[in-house]
Amino acid sequence: MQTSLIIAGKEFHSRLLIGTGKFSSHETMRAAVDASGAEIVTVALRRVDLTSPATDILSFIDRKRYLLLPNTSGSRTADEAILFARLAAEAGLGTWVKIEVVPEPRYLLPDPVETLKATEILAKEGFTVLPYMNADPVLALRLADAGAATVMPLGSPIGSNRGLKTRDSIRIIIEQARVPVVVDAGLGAPSHAAEAMEMGAHAVLVNTAIAVADDPVRMASAFRQGVEAGRAAFEAGCAPESECAEASSPLTGFLRDQ
Amino acid sequence: MQRRLGAMDLSLAEAASLLTVEAADHLEEMAQAAHALTRQRFGKTVKLYAPIYLSNECINSCRYCGFNVKSSIERRTLSPALALEEAKAVIAKGHRHLLLVAGESPRAMPISLLEEIARAIRPLAAGLSVEVQPFDEAGYSRLAAAGVDGVTLYQETYDEGTYREMHPAGPKSIFGSRVDAIDAAGRAGMRFLGIGALLGLADWRAEALSLIVHARELMRTHWRAAISVSVPRIRDCASGFTPPHPVSDRELAQMIVALRLSLPDAGIVLSTREPAALRDSLLPLGITQMSAGSVTRPGGYTAEPGSGEQFHLEDARAPDEVAAMLAQKGYDPVWKDWDARLSG
Repeated sequence: MQTSLIIAGKEFHSRLLIGTGKFSSHETMRAAVDASGAEIVTVALRRVDLTSPATDILSFIDRKRYLLLPNTSGSRTADEAILFARLAAEAGLGTWVKIEVVPEPRYLLPDPVETLKATEILAKEGFTVLPYMNADPVLALRLADAGAATVMPLGSPIGSNRGLKTRDSIRIIIEQARVPVVVDAGLGAPSHAAEAMEMGAHAVLVNTAIAVADDPVRMASAFRQGVEAGRAAFEAGCAPESECAEASSPLTGFLRDQ
Repeated sequence: MQRRLGAMDLSLAEAASLLTVEAADHLEEMAQAAHALTRQRFGKTVKLYAPIYLSNECINSCRYCGFNVKSSIERRTLSPALALEEAKAVIAKGHRHLLLVAGESPRAMPISLLEEIARAIRPLAAGLSVEVQPFDEAGYSRLAAAGVDGVTLYQETYDEGTYREMHPAGPKSIFGSRVDAIDAAGRAGMRFLGIGALLGLADWRAEALSLIVHARELMRTHWRAAISVSVPRIRDCASGFTPPHPVSDRELAQMIVALRLSLPDAGIVLSTREPAALRDSLLPLGITQMSAGSVTRPGGYTAEPGSGEQFHLEDARAPDEVAAMLAQKGYDPVWKDWDARLSG
């Protein structure tokens, strides 16, 4: 039995968070989310009609079953992200928010200064803040100090499917973590997700790789297995890598008692 | 070159090679790469929008345009109240991203009137762009403050000789004015910048390459803005203009594919100028935004036909029919992709 993921005092059994963008239809999205086993589902607030939020995409997410994690994607400044979070809370979408301040629309990389500012302000207002961030270990510490419930470093740019290009920095972030580390963005295959989990990431968030797959439902299931395998390996204790061969029957074993 | 199809960083020379006659022999291969790249970057989604024509009064003399100052169409400019009625009619059909369109007439459509109309419509819309006369940075800042978040301004043609020939008089006759204006819109902080060449005026291969250069320059300079490119082909209009360099369907497809492969992150817009069947077929080559159920005359959504239209539309399907087509082809029609309360 794998250990649970705890975020802001709340317990989750799945360590796979799912994004809902880029799917061909809401029906496919719902089926993929179901197959993923995820318990936390993120939705872009810009896609939601905040004057009647129960319509359209949100009507396909059962909030009794999933924790809704609205995200502020499209925001270019802290002020916009903060306004988005407040409007979502007013519209009854809860007080968990994934901060995405992405001022540059091509690589969608997060603005560290604005992200930290938004996290500080929203955490003080009582929001549970999960900030999307570049894989910068000092920024991860600063965000945790500011009250972030998790840190969400990127593996590679959103939608790039390039995997853990930021592996060395993510390793440091995990080592220093005081809040759960959710590797977010760029995980293009279940093996990427497994790798992040084997390294000790507490969870991963996947969207594009599932949504644009030929069969999103099967891909969601494959990611579920990748995440579970990676976590199990981490908890089982992966044998350390070594540069050279180490014989499993050492020649100097007879000297053990000397 | 085949190995580089789908790469994120094509050089300008590589982009140019996709536009050649020789490259047309590899159109299917290019189309597959363009399709995969679009799907990766934008997902299985297409954003829908609708134009609202505010005025067909114009002081310019563009030879290809139905709103040409010499055109004998019935002229009309909507009041803010009528513009709001038009917006409500379009929104009732499902649209939330609106594009305000007007000819160039400082008398009929001064910036103060545009501001007033934008302020009236903005609370109802998810996104509000303008395709109107050029302004300077201060003008665009005023529009941004009124809630406008996007500016579309076509160069029409990047060929200077053709430009002068096509725009013999009026403020639009100055060749550099439109490149300068879209730059000013970027400086004013507009979130969406749209550019395009009107296909049929000059050699499309050269126009496409210029468009790529222009888009890349805008991406570098205004790195916060999302850049989109349009591929409007000249249609029949009241001026009776015949395009000197007509573009075939196959050439249009090659251009769309080359634009996608050269500008992986740019939106590509396809309007209702093109016939329904062709639009549906061009869709998977890289299109990310489509208009639907458009009317190109002022007041056209709420009133009976009367005043002159800018150009004749080929795809007359209603918005929900276009949305149904998208769903049938495996695309999620996106009606709302921003929020009014975050702009202006």
